[in-house]
Amino acid sequence: MDVGNVLVWIVWVVAAFACIGSGIAVVSFSNPFYSALALIGNLASLAVLYLLLSAEFVAAAQVLVYAGAVMVMFLFVIAYLGGKADTPWAGGPSWQAVAAVAAAAAVLVEVVVVIGLKTGGRLTHAPATDYFSGSPYDIGKLFLTDNLLAFEITSIALLIAAVGGVILGSHARELQESES
Amino acid sequence: MMGPNIVWYLAVSAFLFTTGALGVLIRRSPLIILLSLEIMLNGANLALIAFARQQGNGDGQIFALTVMAIAASEVVVGLGLIVAMARRKLDLDVDKLRTLRG
Repeated sequence: MDVGNVLVWIVWVVAAFACIGSGIAVVSFSNPFYSALALIGNLASLAVLYLLLSAEFVAAAQVLVYAGAVMVMFLFVIAYLGGKADTPWAGGPSWQAVAAVAAAAAVLVEVVVVIGLKTGGRLTHAPATDYFSGSPYDIGKLFLTDNLLAFEITSIALLIAAVGGVILGSHARELQESES
Repeated sequence: MMGPNIVWYLAVSAFLFTTGALGVLIRRSPLIILLSLEIMLNGANLALIAFARQQGNGDGQIFALTVMAIAASEVVVGLGLIVAMARRKLDLDVDKLRTLRG
C-alpha cells in the first residue's frame, strides 16, 4: 500500500464518519435550527466523497446548490417560524417509535441483501480505468447531446416549482389580510 | 482506483438512506421531515455516483444532477406549504394534520 492510497483511505474514513454522524444528528436534534446546521455538515462531507469518486462538477454543485442555496432557504424558514423544539422520542405511543426503528432496520437489510444478491462479486472488481472525468465540459456535453430531454424537463419542473411557490405565498397573504 | 472499494461507498449510502427514512417515520415536525427527505435523496445520489464511477459512465452523474434540481424544487414547494400552514395558524405537527381540509 503506497502513501497516496493510505491518504485517500484516511480522507474517506473522516468524510464517511462525518456524513453518518451528522445524518444521525439531523434526525435526533430537537431544535430544527441545529438539525439544519447538521445537514449542512452532512452535505459538505458528501461533497468530499463525490470528489473521491472523481465527480468534480457534482461536488461543486452539491456545495453551491445544496449547502448554499437550499440550506439558506431552510434556515430562513426556520428562523421565520421561530423553530419550535420538537423532541424526537417524546409524545405519541412508544410502539410507533419501536415500529419506525424496526421498519428502518428492515429497509437497511433489504437494500444490503438486494444489492448483494443482484451484483454478487462483481462490485469488488477493479472499476473501469477509462472512467468518465466528471469535468464541467464532459457533463455539459452529455447534457446537451444524449440527455437533452432530461435537461429540458428539469428546467420545466424548476419553472413550475417557482410558480407554485409564488402562488402558495400569495394565497396565504390574501387569507391573512382578509382575516385582519 | 485508489482508496476504498465501491462497496464501502454503497454501505454509507444505504446507511444514509435508512437514517433519512427513520427521521421521516419518527419525527413530527414537517420541517425536520423535509430535512430527513434531503438525507434520503443524498444517499441515493451517492449510490448513483458510486455506480457511475464503477462503470466508467457519465449517465449516473447526470442522473444525480437531475435529482439535485428536483430536490431543490421539492424544497421550494414544501417550505411554501409549511409557511402557508403556519400563516393559517395550524399546528406544525403531522400527527394533528389528519384531514385535507384547511
